Amino acid sequence: MRRNGPLALIFHGLFVVFMLAPLLIVCVVAFTPEGYLSLPTRGPSLRWFRAILDYPEFIRAFRDSLWLAALSSTIAIGLAVPAALAIARYRFPGREAITALFMSPLMVPHVVLGIAFLRFFTQIGISGSFVGLVLSHVIVVIPFALRLVLAASYGIDRRIEHAAVSLGAGTATVFRRVTLPLILPGVVSGWLLAAINSFDEVTMTVFIASPATVTLPVRMFLYIQDNIDPLIAAVSACLIAMTAILLFALDRLFGLDRLFVGSGKG
Amino acid sequence: MSLAVTERNAPFLLTGPALLVFLGLVIVPLGMTVLLSFYDWGQYKGIVPEFTLKNWIEVFTDSYFFEIFMRTFRIAILVTLAAIVIGVPEAYILNRMSPAWRSAFLLVIIGPLLVSVVARTLGWALLLGSTGLVNQGLISLGVIATPLEFMFTETGVVIALIHVLIPFMILAVWASLQRLDPQIENAALSLGAGRVTIWRRVILPQIVPGILSGSIIVFALAASAFASPAIIGGRRLKVASTLAYDEFLNTLNWPLGAAVATLLLVALVLITVGSNRLIERRYAQVFE
Amino acid sequence: MSHLVLDGLTKRFGGFTAVDAMNLSVENLSVERGEFVSLLGPSGCGKTTTLQMIAGFVDVDHGGIRLDGADLVSVAPNKRGLGIVFQSYALFPHMTVAENIAFGLEMRDIAKADRDRQTLAAMELVGLKGFADRYPRRMSGGQQQRVALARALVIKPALLLLDEPLSNLDAKLREEMQSELRQIQRSVGTTTILVTHDQHEAMALSDRIVLMNQGRIEQIGAPDQVYDHPASAFVASFLGKTNVLSGTGDGQGTATIGDLVLPLPGAGKGPLQLAVRPERLTFAAAGEPGLEARILARVFQGTHWLLTADSAAGALTLMRGNDGAAVPSEGETVRLRFSAADAALLPAGVAA
Repeated sequence: MRRNGPLALIFHGLFVVFMLAPLLIVCVVAFTPEGYLSLPTRGPSLRWFRAILDYPEFIRAFRDSLWLAALSSTIAIGLAVPAALAIARYRFPGREAITALFMSPLMVPHVVLGIAFLRFFTQIGISGSFVGLVLSHVIVVIPFALRLVLAASYGIDRRIEHAAVSLGAGTATVFRRVTLPLILPGVVSGWLLAAINSFDEVTMTVFIASPATVTLPVRMFLYIQDNIDPLIAAVSACLIAMTAILLFALDRLFGLDRLFVGSGKG
Repeated sequence: MSLAVTERNAPFLLTGPALLVFLGLVIVPLGMTVLLSFYDWGQYKGIVPEFTLKNWIEVFTDSYFFEIFMRTFRIAILVTLAAIVIGVPEAYILNRMSPAWRSAFLLVIIGPLLVSVVARTLGWALLLGSTGLVNQGLISLGVIATPLEFMFTETGVVIALIHVLIPFMILAVWASLQRLDPQIENAALSLGAGRVTIWRRVILPQIVPGILSGSIIVFALAASAFASPAIIGGRRLKVASTLAYDEFLNTLNWPLGAAVATLLLVALVLITVGSNRLIERRYAQVFE
Repeated sequence: MSHLVLDGLTKRFGGFTAVDAMNLSVENLSVERGEFVSLLGPSGCGKTTTLQMIAGFVDVDHGGIRLDGADLVSVAPNKRGLGIVFQSYALFPHMTVAENIAFGLEMRDIAKADRDRQTLAAMELVGLKGFADRYPRRMSGGQQQRVALARALVIKPALLLLDEPLSNLDAKLREEMQSELRQIQRSVGTTTILVTHDQHEAMALSDRIVLMNQGRIEQIGAPDQVYDHPASAFVASFLGKTNVLSGTGDGQGTATIGDLVLPLPGAGKGPLQLAVRPERLTFAAAGEPGLEARILARVFQGTHWLLTADSAAGALTLMRGNDGAAVPSEGETVRLRFSAADAALLPAGVAA
């Protein structure tokens, strides 16, 4: 393999700066001791991080976001595992169409989904409820769960299951003792990817959240619409730090390329 | 027992639950939205379930809407082109790195995908503001005298969206680079081809499908982006999705908002499905 | 003057892991014009690296490569004019067969008419007439292999380098391609270097074999010469099956193995080791001196029986042709003999 030349490395360096600059600036500004947006030239201060505690709505929104992510991705995995097994191993009429339907939330703009859910939930009388949030998030994260479970399911040699059957295992036992352990990596990474996408979702959620049930990204978005100050930078910095920690943990546990490469939206 | 799982009914039993959820929560709500776009609305009477084409006529004839849709399209095209110009070389550079460096920089490229788009756009708002780092830097370097206007401009929105969406382009191109025969460059080299020729005649033609599928993803996501245009563009610089948002949550003219959303959906589906078909037909015989 | 000379070629791999760390040194190898030479050895022996240094894909640390007396190391890889067939074929998947083959001619700015004519001739040479407009992905492995060969030969290379070209083919096809490759190489007369780990391939194709192990050349010679007279225990065991027997020398050119006393010029005094091929071990007639051995197992292989046995000189494998004669069964004791010409004396101190 040939090496990258100096020009290529300069290009790469600039690109890395471009990718990291907006995240770094948020973290730096969050440490300002001033009452307005500025770089902490007088030394770092934690005043804006302490100020978050005075805004319980951020804390509550964070808690609700975690619950929402956990619930919706768990339900999504519960629906995706049997569907993935069916798609991976059977040829049945409508198979292509059903797969496309399950993947469609990636294609439909989230604004449109938000509007559709807002209209639908208003009509059936669950608008602004946590149940509505969970249902809508299940839909948008199913493609992520399905794609990774599907990839894992395609990899299974069916003769392994046939071997288990020949040794006297019943359908349920085969699933529990053979199939599930084999697709487990796909299930776990599918759940994680679903949970992360649920946690970050803002475009659709902004339509169906209510003051009583609001997620952290929506809360932040609404705050920024009014004004941008060091407080929101501090909240964002916490989020970025959390994500960075999660990222390193995921990379150690699974390897990021396995989790994402070839699984970009589309 | 009729409920026994057999090879024949298993696929339907297994996909059944998800299928029911999708019918109830995707097909029905989307259908209702399309229907809503044909309803009447008045400032005082609210939504009136009477069939009318007035929302659609308004969307198609009012130059205000035309301008917003054209802007959305322009931004999406610019973001896609920039993602190609920056993302393709970056993917190539990444592919030539040693595995250790590559996975380190993959973190840098994929990482931002996991950070809420609100936090990322906030970063660009801080950088691009009239007193932001970019303007301060350019002024102190003497490149410009007065701050450049990024906030509430298309340039600002495009920059923020490139940052948000370029990982998708890099991942798509990188995936197709990985499918290249690792010896293919050496093969071309041994036949007498130079650097530029190898790129133009050997590498590029093979990764075009990756670039195109990356472009479709980036274009679709840029055209339907909401948070970045809303924060950087503000109320002054509307795109299709922020327009629909305003109609729904500020003006409360839901039927008109529904018409805007339906048009956005239909346009995107036509463009993405159409270009997918085109790519498949063009490259069917070369790439299985 | 030799056509290709590798002179004291060295390459140091200071890899991060111990496995990567290897020093390659090719002391001296001269290849004559039109010769077919194989670099043979186990994986990691340095044969591929040697080939890549000739091609220019890997930098040379020390030493020289000369082609027709001219230095090759300082020539850029795309100016060396060598034809290379890669293990994966490395065909351009987005080009048709004809476009693939014409690519090298195009790089040489050869006029379209000439290009077409030469491409057609190359396709005919490798038996691919009528495949011009096919795409590589739509062809079998054997056909792709032929395209790769045509693409490498059409530029009339000074040297043809083959990097494990047959390893992706199934056994039957591989045998067919071997004889065809040999025939094509003979007809065009291009000096050829083949890298392979397959001893049968190397023996079937080459004029000379260069046996490599752990970054060094162990032996250079014609296939039958290397097979019959291995210079080391490694060569003896890598090329075909072999028995390594221990005996004693008297210091006066005679060795004793069991009851067998053989004249062996060059045998020193004290313990020594001999390499004897299984097919050269025969049963001793009654009363004749021999090496006593007990049969442990016998396996029928169609044309012959393969017997394993145990003797005072060490474990043995021997072959017995399926000629209708009785074959000793398990547990029987036999007496074995071989002549001095069938044995190769191994250098002392090198265990197999």
